[in-house]
Amino acid sequence: MTHDTAKVVTERAIGVGALVLAVLAPLLVSDFWLNSILTQGLILGIGAASLIFLSAYGGMISLAQTGLMGIAGYALANMVTQRVPGGETKGLLLGWDPTLSLVAAILLTVGIGLVFGAVASRSFGIYFLMLTLTYTVIAFLFVGSVTLIGGFSPVAGVDAYTPGFIGDIVNDRDRLYFISLIVAAFVYVLIRYLTRTPFGISLQGIRDEPVRMASLGYNVAVHRTLAFGIGAFVAALGGVLYAWWFGQLSPTIMGLDATIQLLVIAVIGGLRRIEGAWLGAIAFLVINNEITNRIPSSGLPVIGGTFNTVIGVIFLVIVIVSPDGLMGLWDRAWSLAKRGGPPRETPGAQPAAEASSS
Amino acid sequence: MRERVSAWGVGGTVPRIAAAALVVFSILYVLVIAKPPGEFGGGDWRTTNFGSAADDPNAFIATILDGLTFAGLLFIVASGFSLIFGLMRVVNMAHGAFYLLGGYVAYEVQQRMTGSGFGLQSGEVNTLEWVVPWLIAMVCIGVFGLGVQQLLLRWNQGQDLRQALITIAVSVIVADQVIAHFPRTVPAGTQRFGGNAVSLSWPGWTNQFVDLHVAGVSYSLARLVMLGLGVGVGIALWLWLHRTKTGLVIRAGVDDRQMTSAIGINIQTTFAIAFLVGSALAAFGAVVGGSQASIAQGRDGEWLLFSLVVVIIGGMGSLAGAAVGSVLYGLVFSFAVAYLPTTGNECCTQYSVVLTFILMALVLAFRPQGLFGRVG
Repeated sequence: MTHDTAKVVTERAIGVGALVLAVLAPLLVSDFWLNSILTQGLILGIGAASLIFLSAYGGMISLAQTGLMGIAGYALANMVTQRVPGGETKGLLLGWDPTLSLVAAILLTVGIGLVFGAVASRSFGIYFLMLTLTYTVIAFLFVGSVTLIGGFSPVAGVDAYTPGFIGDIVNDRDRLYFISLIVAAFVYVLIRYLTRTPFGISLQGIRDEPVRMASLGYNVAVHRTLAFGIGAFVAALGGVLYAWWFGQLSPTIMGLDATIQLLVIAVIGGLRRIEGAWLGAIAFLVINNEITNRIPSSGLPVIGGTFNTVIGVIFLVIVIVSPDGLMGLWDRAWSLAKRGGPPRETPGAQPAAEASSS
Repeated sequence: MRERVSAWGVGGTVPRIAAAALVVFSILYVLVIAKPPGEFGGGDWRTTNFGSAADDPNAFIATILDGLTFAGLLFIVASGFSLIFGLMRVVNMAHGAFYLLGGYVAYEVQQRMTGSGFGLQSGEVNTLEWVVPWLIAMVCIGVFGLGVQQLLLRWNQGQDLRQALITIAVSVIVADQVIAHFPRTVPAGTQRFGGNAVSLSWPGWTNQFVDLHVAGVSYSLARLVMLGLGVGVGIALWLWLHRTKTGLVIRAGVDDRQMTSAIGINIQTTFAIAFLVGSALAAFGAVVGGSQASIAQGRDGEWLLFSLVVVIIGGMGSLAGAAVGSVLYGLVFSFAVAYLPTTGNECCTQYSVVLTFILMALVLAFRPQGLFGRVG
């Protein structure tokens, strides 16, 4: 990135500006916007960041991230809710200490993520995409059919049991917003840091040339499994925050619609750059909010259907016009302005695709 | 790609021994270890609905038949998915949405033909009233799939991830539109909210049980027809791929697309044919599945999962792989429901979906490319 300093400076300036605005947001926007767009956007952005991390640096487009978010949420819900008269009746109602539950839920998700990752570690490209999609669907069917931990109706009241250092988030939504902001910033820094470590560098080597890296003595499967575990950790953070934000968990949070929604967010933002995760999430939620308000209850005019048709068309247009999403458009616009020509082809433009079709 | 794996890694010695032990234990469990529930309920880890195969051979054979007949249906749907992938390297994520659309189209046609409204009994439907909806649905979905391919997938060949994303977008749009407009005919007194569960009807003559003369088992003829149709599709596809000129070109295209087009064969026509047939098979499966169970909102995701699991197990693009994957998955599916322990309250048959994951994990631990998949 050092070859393009003006661009880096501009991006940093925009980044700092966005951060300042984000900190001041509770003063600037309505409660509805803060809670439904910004807080939810930060949380979904964390989920999308785990997807983009695996895609951009590991060459793995994982559709399991929604499932892992849901697993973290469900684990937390089952561990933390208490058996009180007149209270929640679904789930295990273990009533553990909230801090312990938080740690245990994240560890459990990372553990499951490592198992998922190990099974998928030797699959590449679209094969990997399909396999991870089945993970999410299996997790969805599991929580739906196992009535012991939830079943198809929601487990509610999760947000009432937060650790002391998190505090009351049911009544103080600004608090949840700032917590989400801190976690999002942490995730961003973590991923940026990881990609500069020897592990991150070799992961990118594996993304581009798995065979060559293997013959150089790197254990490809272990690297990819670990990357998947890190992705699961990030997704678990998002899942826990989502459980607090939404307050209840039903299987639909990891259904096919939700899976595609997270993918749409990542694709709108751009599958090649982490920043795109939050950009995509906010853009998605704004579009969702604007359009859903305008659709009559009888469905879209003329063609019928719901918001899904609209977002499907938007998704289709983005994939056709700019497969790298908004961040890709930004990169392209910058290089057009700078050199008056099309962007340079970055090596490894479609690493996973090459790996699978070779 | 062949890499050294440690004894404990995926594909290493230890997981292989563990996998083999698990398979042996499962087979022994079903054959002899399991026992039927006691008179007063309760039980332990050995208690299953029917006990072991030795206790209740009738239920055992019925379970195998359940698995095999379900496999017939799985194969019809998954072979279309696999055909498209094998030739064009397109993962058609809209396959489930095509299934949903095909099912509703066939349902509407059958309703129009019989004109007897929703409460249609199987006995009132003759063979023609099943075959015509089946044909119309196949043609409609085949042409629809062809349109999608020509419009959205023809100009970006080789970019397989982008194509997968495009078909995901198509699946979102199609599923939403189907739910908005179907079913058009709903039972009297019911409100149409979109995506209502509806059923097609099998022809009347299938609505009976046949005595198989094995351990006194009599079995649903409709389910046997389902298996027969699956086998029929398999034989027809095999003959098509191995005994006709088009099939020859398709197999050549699967092996080496560029060389096939370099020797003057119009590979684009072949792609179009493959997409047409593959999409039509989704509708074929939907008509069979809709007759046996129902067509409803959510079936698209379910059948996308089924197709994915079958081809992940069997290996992408292989007809034999799709067949073996269907049989394995169908058997695991039916045995999970019938032979998981039933100790305590609501345990453990509801965990059957975990076995789907275990089956995939087992196969992939040995062969990351699936049972019949080729490397690279």
